[in-house]
Amino acid sequence: MSDKIQSSLAKRPEHSSDSPLSIHAMTVAYDRKPVLWDIDYDAPNNALVAIVGPNGAGKSTMIKACLGLVPTASGQVEFWGKPYKSARAKIGYVPQRESVDWDFPVSALDVVCMGRYRKIGWCRPVSRAHKSAAMECLQRVGMGEFAKRQISQLSGGQQQRVFLARALAQESDLYFMDEPFAGVDATTERAIIEVLRDLRSQGKTVIVVHHDLQTVPDYFDHALLLNMRVVAAGPVDEVFTTENLHKTYGGRLTLLAEAAEAIARRDRGH
Amino acid sequence: MGAPTSLTDVHDAMPSFDEIIRTLTLQGGFNTTSVILGTTLLGLAAGVVGAFALLRKRSLTADALSHATLPGICIAFMIAQSIGMASRSMPVLMSGAAISGVIGVACIHLLITKTRLREDAAIGIVLSVFFGAGVVLLSVIQTNPSGSAAGLNHFIYGQTAAMTRADSITMGVIAIVATLLALLMLKELTLVCFNDGFAQVTGIPVWVIDSIILALIVLVTVSGLQAVGLILVVAMLIIPAAAARFWTQRLWKLVVLSMLIGAASGYIGASISALLPRKPAGSVIVLSSGGLFLLSMFLAPSRGVLATTIRQAGIRIKIANDHLLESLHEHAQDATPPTIKALAHAQGIHPLRLRILALMLSMRGLVRIKDTRASATKSGLARGARVARNHALWEQYLITYADIAPSHVDWSVDQVEHVLSDDLIAELERALAGDAR
Repeated sequence: MSDKIQSSLAKRPEHSSDSPLSIHAMTVAYDRKPVLWDIDYDAPNNALVAIVGPNGAGKSTMIKACLGLVPTASGQVEFWGKPYKSARAKIGYVPQRESVDWDFPVSALDVVCMGRYRKIGWCRPVSRAHKSAAMECLQRVGMGEFAKRQISQLSGGQQQRVFLARALAQESDLYFMDEPFAGVDATTERAIIEVLRDLRSQGKTVIVVHHDLQTVPDYFDHALLLNMRVVAAGPVDEVFTTENLHKTYGGRLTLLAEAAEAIARRDRGH
Repeated sequence: MGAPTSLTDVHDAMPSFDEIIRTLTLQGGFNTTSVILGTTLLGLAAGVVGAFALLRKRSLTADALSHATLPGICIAFMIAQSIGMASRSMPVLMSGAAISGVIGVACIHLLITKTRLREDAAIGIVLSVFFGAGVVLLSVIQTNPSGSAAGLNHFIYGQTAAMTRADSITMGVIAIVATLLALLMLKELTLVCFNDGFAQVTGIPVWVIDSIILALIVLVTVSGLQAVGLILVVAMLIIPAAAARFWTQRLWKLVVLSMLIGAASGYIGASISALLPRKPAGSVIVLSSGGLFLLSMFLAPSRGVLATTIRQAGIRIKIANDHLLESLHEHAQDATPPTIKALAHAQGIHPLRLRILALMLSMRGLVRIKDTRASATKSGLARGARVARNHALWEQYLITYADIAPSHVDWSVDQVEHVLSDDLIAELERALAGDAR
């Protein structure tokens, strides 16, 4: 595709170069079977966005496709009206915790420093300034005292917080987080939520793959309901409805009951 | 019988002390010294490269690569012969080896990405098919009337004695290049080995780093072919790194240790084979690194088998002690203390084992044994009460927070205070008190 066509996305009426993330007609297929079908989405500025949907709905795949980790069959992805390669410095990423081997000979601080490698540049050692910046990020997630600990000696929740600290060390404006709340303890959940709100107050946008419908109204401003296609997207108040969830999850009643309870709680809160 | 001056002299006697010293201090003659120096440097380079091959989980790929070099060696030989070049020149054969090794790795990559085959199967297929092709080509060359083919099969098992000073220098250069590259790109190599997806997102091209690792593996493999042989050369990559992993949790230490273990294996192996009659150096080098691996596996602190076993036994004894004190605490109000047999029955362990536990605790002043009955002393009771409270709190925690309970907690060993916050413990205690009411 030529640059001319590439640059035209922001000029389309439905997309804008103000948006930190614009996805246009994106389709992803593994071995002929489409996983994501014709995704159109514009992420809002300065918001916490939850991507929810059943297992196999393509939530992680959508994040990975945006970041260029999974090839797309068609479509375009732009960040502030620019392709990924030019926007990379402003994008942070928290991969799924299970995606790495935690018995790797590095300390928690070493992992957080990885978030600064891009700023440090090729073939240069990690300077003291970068190390102390990484240390600050560890402290923000309440992991300062574990800096020297080898990562296999951390609990699952602590490992998740190390990943979060690494993303903070990237000092980005848009964050993608893949299931950061999966299987974490209460302390970690609180720490993550605190960091997310902190990021929002700094004007940043965080897009989170989330599996717990109950907490969506409490934690997030926007929701993207996904099941291979975008079922609904927008402010939680508008799109997080029983009808939309029904469309997303089909007949899975237990989940719907959970969601209905969450919606009821939210309505009481208003 | 005169003292042998080089490896190529075959002698059947055991070496004298003098000979051993001369060999180990690199005064065992020009050839012997070249060989020892060369294999030591090879071990050094293989140690550095192997550390990253291990961390990137590419050890078996390296094995397939080394087997896949054989057809390349044969084809290079045939081409050189047909165009009238010196068909046994090292650069020609080594380039052939490198090319077909890389083709082998490319085939593995193709099999994994284009079919549903898993990596282990792909490696097995490529390794055996390429090696089979090599053996067939070898037989074709050997039936050729020209007769200059003799020696090509040395690449299979290696022939260290044929190593020249030039080969040692080559290995030295490779060792320096590999070490410098690893030092220079430690950051990038580490990140790609740990988390390639994140590396890609931050803008470090994973394929470039992977190509560098592959190129280093090719360099070490090809330069080790002559000395160690293509079947065993992968051991030089895997074993030192795997042995080093037992000793450390820091990446740079792992690289340095792997380098040292590799160099030591090369040095020890080549020296032994120089001193003992007709022992093939390649195999002896691999056995030396195997010996260092075994030492590391058993003796390394914290990750070693011995340390792990002792630690686990300690934990088991502590758990058993705690259980015993807890049940003695429960029986504290009984008119007569429980018998050892009854205690053993209640805990489901052999009475003899319980008696030993009780004896050990009585030596620490926590338990009193009178005839067949055991009771806790004052300090034993206090300890039992603490254990009982700890268990009760953990149980309450599990009931209240079943969904988010941290998985790493060993309920019987860890103290609640060490894992949970003070607020949470207070909350749990309130819940416990509420249940009691």
